[in-house]
Amino acid sequence: MTPDPSATIFERSREGRRAFVPPAPDVPEVPIDELLPASARRGRPAELPEVSEPEIVRHYNTLSKMNFDLDTGFYPLGSCTMKHNPKLHERLAALPGHARLHPLQDPAYAQGALELMWLLERALSEIAGLPHVSLQPSAGSHGELAGLLLTRAYHEDRGEERTKVLTPDTAHGTNPATVTMAGYEVVKVGTAADGGVDLDDLREKAGEDVACLMLTNPNTLGLFDSNIEEIARVVHGAGATLYYDGANLNAVMGIARPGDMGFDIVHFNLHKTFTQPHGGGGPGAGPIAVSDRIEPFLPVPRVVRRAGEDGPEPRFDLEHDAPKTIGRLRGFHGNFGVFVRSFAYIRSLGGDGLKEASESAVLNANYLRARLAEFDEYLPIAFDRTCMHEFVLSGRGAKGKLGIKTLDIAKRMLDHQVHPPTVYFPLLVDEALMIEPTETEPKERLDDFVEIVGSILDEAKEDPDIVRNAPYTTPVRRLDEAAAAKRPVVRWRPGADNPGDPERAAGSGASDGAGGSGVTPTA
Amino acid sequence: MLDAIGVGSLEDLFAEIPEGVRLGRELDLPEGRAEQEVYEELASLAARNGHCDDEVSFLGAGMYDHYVPALVDSILQRSEYLTPYTPYQPEVSQGGLQVMFEFQTAISELTGLPISNASVYEGPSAVAAAGYLAKLETGRTKLVASRGVHPHSRAALRTHAAGYRMAVEEVPLTAEGATDVAALASEIDDDTAAVFLQQPNFLGTVEELGELAEAAGGKGALVVCAADPLPLGVLKPPGEQGVDICVGEGQTLGNRLDFGGPSFGFFAAQERFIRKLPGRIAGETRDVDGKRGFVLTLQTREQHIRREKATHNICTSQALNALAGVIYLSWLGKRGLVEIAELMLRRTHYARQALGLEAINPGPVVREFAVRAPDLDALFERARAEQINPGYRLGSDYPEYEDGLLIAITERRTRADIDRLATVAAAAREGVAA
Repeated sequence: MTPDPSATIFERSREGRRAFVPPAPDVPEVPIDELLPASARRGRPAELPEVSEPEIVRHYNTLSKMNFDLDTGFYPLGSCTMKHNPKLHERLAALPGHARLHPLQDPAYAQGALELMWLLERALSEIAGLPHVSLQPSAGSHGELAGLLLTRAYHEDRGEERTKVLTPDTAHGTNPATVTMAGYEVVKVGTAADGGVDLDDLREKAGEDVACLMLTNPNTLGLFDSNIEEIARVVHGAGATLYYDGANLNAVMGIARPGDMGFDIVHFNLHKTFTQPHGGGGPGAGPIAVSDRIEPFLPVPRVVRRAGEDGPEPRFDLEHDAPKTIGRLRGFHGNFGVFVRSFAYIRSLGGDGLKEASESAVLNANYLRARLAEFDEYLPIAFDRTCMHEFVLSGRGAKGKLGIKTLDIAKRMLDHQVHPPTVYFPLLVDEALMIEPTETEPKERLDDFVEIVGSILDEAKEDPDIVRNAPYTTPVRRLDEAAAAKRPVVRWRPGADNPGDPERAAGSGASDGAGGSGVTPTA
Repeated sequence: MLDAIGVGSLEDLFAEIPEGVRLGRELDLPEGRAEQEVYEELASLAARNGHCDDEVSFLGAGMYDHYVPALVDSILQRSEYLTPYTPYQPEVSQGGLQVMFEFQTAISELTGLPISNASVYEGPSAVAAAGYLAKLETGRTKLVASRGVHPHSRAALRTHAAGYRMAVEEVPLTAEGATDVAALASEIDDDTAAVFLQQPNFLGTVEELGELAEAAGGKGALVVCAADPLPLGVLKPPGEQGVDICVGEGQTLGNRLDFGGPSFGFFAAQERFIRKLPGRIAGETRDVDGKRGFVLTLQTREQHIRREKATHNICTSQALNALAGVIYLSWLGKRGLVEIAELMLRRTHYARQALGLEAINPGPVVREFAVRAPDLDALFERARAEQINPGYRLGSDYPEYEDGLLIAITERRTRADIDRLATVAAAAREGVAA
């Protein structure tokens, strides 16, 4: 009999089983209570599972088969840039010189790692069009926080106190969350009829109390804001900084650079644009590039290249002293393993290849947009313009005419072995579907997707319940998220009552607010 | 494809980008290369790094050379874990969600706290995240950190606190390298939102957590403890000693050194903070057919729902590294965790005696300890000649321990390794005396 795949590793535990064999003891077996006072000792062992290696392998292999992944199928999750992750990168990251290098190794013995970081910084600087880079932030949202802390340090250094940060109403959720964490107040800027920033609204709000405008360009509607030069003038005129959320950089590499658009601070999502595998939700990395006026405040340590003292060979080092720095954002030097993969990517593609990647990403998105226009009656495009690397459809037609919601369409896609787009984001589009095919999909996959969308709409015309009750073929079907939130069970306990038992499930009607799976990613 | 779009050329797709912001030239980067050429370039860079297979390393100070079983590498390379993103569609993400649930269970067991999230970035920024929770919870303005907390954690806390507008005060260590209880008590007042401790502390000292937490109590400040999960195999869980929030660096659980990352951070807490935790949390539920399943839960805490009112801005975290953690803990198992911690404890004790250097922290230690060495430069020079890395020099972080050396003893450092270090230390001492 096949064991229940939903049984946790803890439930597979049987007393006395084990995988680990400890190394042979080679020092005197001093009684533990002579080494550690009773007051400091654990009373009972932590209840970790007792399992053998074959059981562990089977358990995690079985679980893995309940995941949909990019290596298996189309994953057009808008704003997440699910592009292919080359296998070479895993081999390179695993080299002992990378994987087994201690972060506090004397820089004299870590020259290869520091040079790689320096080379990656230079490459990102060129791509961003901004002269200075720190690789330290751990992910996009951490880069955003770094950006606002830099902004604060910059203004304080000038003796200015500013309290507000502007974010467009189309912004990723991380932007306003970051603003609050950085001690500022969020002020929303509206969206104009063409999908760009409402310039009049911006002019009105960009006052002396504004520290920064956080912008994504192309924005979350997949549209390039062609007023960017004027936006930069308004923001700089107010004495504020202009921050570039790099989530959508995949559209413009080698074509237009944030620094040339007037941005002061940029974060990169190495896990998006520079193809670090997403890992089921990380790791990522969120390096930042900045202009000269922001540079003195960058986090420490900084990677520096010193001209050779005893010869022509340059030496690389970590510089900890910078009088105006905002300090450290995290331990050590950042997610180095991610840097290795992204540097390998940049080296593989080269300058021309990066540009071609962006061109292909935009071509693929526009092709898919044009093909899906066939279903305009049900899934109208939110802003009918040439898009960049992604675009947003509205499910309002399908909802009104067929009685199926965007969430239903997304769930039905799961039965067709594709991952749905990002849904219900951006917020200003009713029943939004945000589609980002990326450059690594061939035309056939895009055509397949069009067919899938068509077949879902067709079957809804016959019987909308088919779509409303989807999915059918997945390891589990729609899950009761309201019950999960009402009485949270967030760890396994021996003999605990079953959260999904029928009586309990029947009693739960309250919702935890906006739907869980009907939501958006970013950063 | 261009015909289907209705444009004549690729350039037409970029027509909305104003001329003034176009690059108008090629990126100034080397041309693309073949896979084997990229491999060779990066492999030659990697070969210039002195890694832990090249030398006998006693470096620790926050990341440690523990053995990572082959099992972890094998499972982490499965595409089904490596290449999906955050489980927004739970019906096709049960593997990742169940891993999160198992991870939360394991962290809860280790820390002795009832709830855990599914990971944060890494250790020091997890400490800063606890500071932000303390601000949201108490509305107070001051944070108090022991100097036994990792210097990177205190630095990250200061950096982040500058944003959420809180001051960070530090409490000194005693002459024995433990947090000064009296100084801690006197630093805490009605403005204090949280107190930060570390177990074992940066010098390796096993802190009297219960006593410190008690001293911190009474004024309404939260007690936050950063902990290394592996020594918790033998140490009393922070959750049983008055600690409200336990965070930490997870590298020691099945993650590579990777020159400092990626690893994972963890964030565990008392039940009452469940709606204020940062990051993803997996919860158990049922599907429409009554089948057991897992979902991301309590998402109204998070940035994608709550936006400016979110409890933290974190989105992408460290899911794959947390998976390594839970596989590693399953591999060690209930008894293995105790065995490995006891092995480190005994070898560390042996090393401290064998080295015969003056102890900075003579009290209980598990995996790491600090000593004074009369001439560190001489010691390092001799050790390097023997392919030994003696440890971490404390002087740059702790001027009071200018001649201090922090030595880490993982299960990979054998008695023979320790004896070699002791020989080098003795020779260096004699060299100085002569």
